[in-house]
Amino acid sequence: MSADEKKFTVLDLLSLDLKEQNALDLRCIGGRKGLSREITTPDLNRPGLALSGFYESHAWNRLQIFGRGENAYLRMLDEAGRTDNLKKLFEYPMPCCIFTHNLTPGKSFFDAAEAGDCPVLQTDLPSSEFSSRVIRVLSDIFAPQTTIHGVLVEVYGIGILLIGDSGVGKSETALELIERGHRLVADDVVDIRCVNGSILMGQGANKVIGHHMEIRGLGIINVTHLFGVGAIRDKKQIQLVCGLEEWDSNKVYDRIGTEELTAEILGVRIAKLEIPVKPGRNIPIIIETAAMNERLKKMGYHSAKEFNQNVLRWLESENARALYFNRDDYL
Amino acid sequence: MTELTVSIKNRAGIHARPAALIVQTASKYASSIWLEKGSDRINAKSIMGIITLGASFGTPLRILAEGKDEEAAATAIQALFESRFEED
Repeated sequence: MSADEKKFTVLDLLSLDLKEQNALDLRCIGGRKGLSREITTPDLNRPGLALSGFYESHAWNRLQIFGRGENAYLRMLDEAGRTDNLKKLFEYPMPCCIFTHNLTPGKSFFDAAEAGDCPVLQTDLPSSEFSSRVIRVLSDIFAPQTTIHGVLVEVYGIGILLIGDSGVGKSETALELIERGHRLVADDVVDIRCVNGSILMGQGANKVIGHHMEIRGLGIINVTHLFGVGAIRDKKQIQLVCGLEEWDSNKVYDRIGTEELTAEILGVRIAKLEIPVKPGRNIPIIIETAAMNERLKKMGYHSAKEFNQNVLRWLESENARALYFNRDDYL
Repeated sequence: MTELTVSIKNRAGIHARPAALIVQTASKYASSIWLEKGSDRINAKSIMGIITLGASFGTPLRILAEGKDEEAAATAIQALFESRFEED
């Protein structure tokens, strides 16, 4: 979801389909008219100070979290008949008020919320747990995002994004990799989000499309049904980009592997390989090897550099030996 | 860069068959061709990409083409939309 074009409303927050340990357990208990309000920032606010009448630097544009403390204070206000503060609170167009611990506010709060068209939500979770979950969810939604034409596969645990022109054989390569026991994340349209400023998470653009692939000559195939759930994965961090391109005899390809190309996606640099495609070249095996080599590099062993260092050391010792044998003062 | 705007005129929207027609047409041209719906831009030579757009009846789309035969490519694809992909 790109934050600039599509709005993320409170209703979208309620209808997010999240799994067990991410579930927000939210339901709307009042102010339904305001469900179309937009959430513009992934931050939270505890409105304790605002309730007591202090509105300087009041972060009204954030999600307002009411925990036990705020709820107790509201009850105290209610009993003392001091509800003017509430009116003032709802003069600000807050996205929504969320009550944790399954708390329900008093009638005066609901009346003020209805009057201000502000949705009131409730969750079973405690405040701290809810806060950490909602921040996780929202930072994912508000993360910079782009879509790339390519195939994302997981090979030996490394997320590899295959890119290249139409018809160069990205899908066929991915199919062979799946055959060999690796996993498909997304075919053709890869949705990429930059999480935490440095991690690129890739996933399929659309749940409906799921894990289908288009193979020329076969048509559309369902990878989950054909190869089983072991052959697919929903999300994967992109750790390597492989550019497939038609073999160009005028172009110089890397023969040693000491120079390191990078690709830039959403401002994050990741390692890139350029792999020339030619009939008879087994691309899937090259990609498998690239994945293993990448793992070796991450473990601190760089095959090409190590090799070159060995060559240098050997030349050095040969040189020393030659010098020793040619010494004039040799007896 | 040639840019044309079209809207979807067949009731069913872009499902598998129209997507295949667009890809077949787009692949005849050397230019890079994209379809844009709102902020989503996808490659018009990719079937899954086009289906992913989720373009239903009445959706406005932009055709973008860049390359030496860009104008011919964009108008050929526009013609497909105009002919409702030979559906009702």
